[in-house]
Amino acid sequence: MATVAVIDYGMGNIRSVSKALEHVSGDTKVVVTHNAEEVLRADRVVLPGVGALQDCVSELKRLGLDDVIRETVCNKPFMGICLGMQALLDCSAENGGTEALGIIPGEARHFADQLKTIPETEALKVPHMGWNQVHQSKAHPMWQGIKQDSRFYFVHSYYVATKSDSVVSATTPYGFDFTSVIDRENIFAVQFHPEKSQHAGLALLANFLSWDGTH
Amino acid sequence: MSLAKRIIPCLDVDDGRVVKGVQFVDILDAGDPVEVARRYDEQGADELVFLDITASSDNRETMVHVVEEVASQVFIPLTVGGGIRELSDIRRMLNAGADKVGINTAAVNNPEFVRQAAERFGTQCIVVAIDAKQVSDGKWEIFTHGGRKATGIDAVEWAKKMANFGAGEILLTSMDRDGTRDGYDLALTRAISEAVPVPVIASGGVGTLEHLVEGVIEGKADAVLAASIFHFGHHTVQEAKDAMSARGLEMRALDV
Repeated sequence: MATVAVIDYGMGNIRSVSKALEHVSGDTKVVVTHNAEEVLRADRVVLPGVGALQDCVSELKRLGLDDVIRETVCNKPFMGICLGMQALLDCSAENGGTEALGIIPGEARHFADQLKTIPETEALKVPHMGWNQVHQSKAHPMWQGIKQDSRFYFVHSYYVATKSDSVVSATTPYGFDFTSVIDRENIFAVQFHPEKSQHAGLALLANFLSWDGTH
Repeated sequence: MSLAKRIIPCLDVDDGRVVKGVQFVDILDAGDPVEVARRYDEQGADELVFLDITASSDNRETMVHVVEEVASQVFIPLTVGGGIRELSDIRRMLNAGADKVGINTAAVNNPEFVRQAAERFGTQCIVVAIDAKQVSDGKWEIFTHGGRKATGIDAVEWAKKMANFGAGEILLTSMDRDGTRDGYDLALTRAISEAVPVPVIASGGVGTLEHLVEGVIEGKADAVLAASIFHFGHHTVQEAKDAMSARGLEMRALDV
């Protein structure tokens, strides 16, 4: 039986993610775990997370999961969600500078810092919270059956800025077009919460469970 | 701008049962939180708020099971309020599948609680619920205990302080309007929305779809919460969205 591991490092809405996966899992077994062996054994891996990146990264390191993730992103379908996307970057502006896992070159920046440089965006609220459009910049098997500019549920104050445009898979407008999805080889990572994005979100999770990691 | 304005039905739950008369036609059990939540999900609700009004703290655990059940079948954001007093209450609700918790009285009693909660769980899941009453022209104060107990705290200053302490969102209820069906207190809503950098949910007083439109256009709210207008089947969430879209507001369409 195929398995999907949901990495549980004690932060945020792990249950929401596992429940949504179970809803679309069919024959795939959903395993919620912080056990390195179990993660390495799984056929595909989801790294969820909400809250502070500093806590996320330090917990992953404490549990020895940082190296597990580095290995996983090289050889099986891997999905990062929200903080699980930002954790893949080099660093975040959070708490004056927080080091992340350094898997995708780039950094997480605070919305307010960017919005204050753009005229007429000062009224935009931070956190960026609610249903916003996701514009697919390129074709990808994960978008199968999901309409261009579908709305997904976001809640975050930091956004992802990658060094290379080639990893940008989708953007979302909020004062400016920020990167809401990144992809590289078998990594697909989203800023929004598919587990809370009703039909479109469940469709994306279902696509992940059938994605073989190629393009 | 393409962030949609949100419509949020609010359900009062007493000892695991939805109360205050949800009256959908053809619903099997109008007291079942899961069934009611599913109905709103199908109608296109953007989020749901569950308010635990259980009097006895012995029965708090019931709410955890309600959240677990709803979260395993309804895949939109869930906020749970009522009786959130300690960090362990928040942890329990988030583990059960809630995305956000509403903190009201505990914030008034101890504002540092909001700071601690935001540091521990992130600002994205901390909603501070504010019950405000007008005390003079352009002045509102915070009330607790369902609007019976005055605190002397200025509502606008309080909202700013709470956002500063880490509230990721403000759920603002006008105690003057709550239950009246006369519409939101638009001046209050606008005063708070313009004072804080975080999103504001307008609440209290909705009687017509036009009230929802006003809440966003005049009140500058980011989201509108309503209870009876939806519960009694007067309007569906979809009708509310159509009314708001017709006035030029961006709403999420239901893609099936």
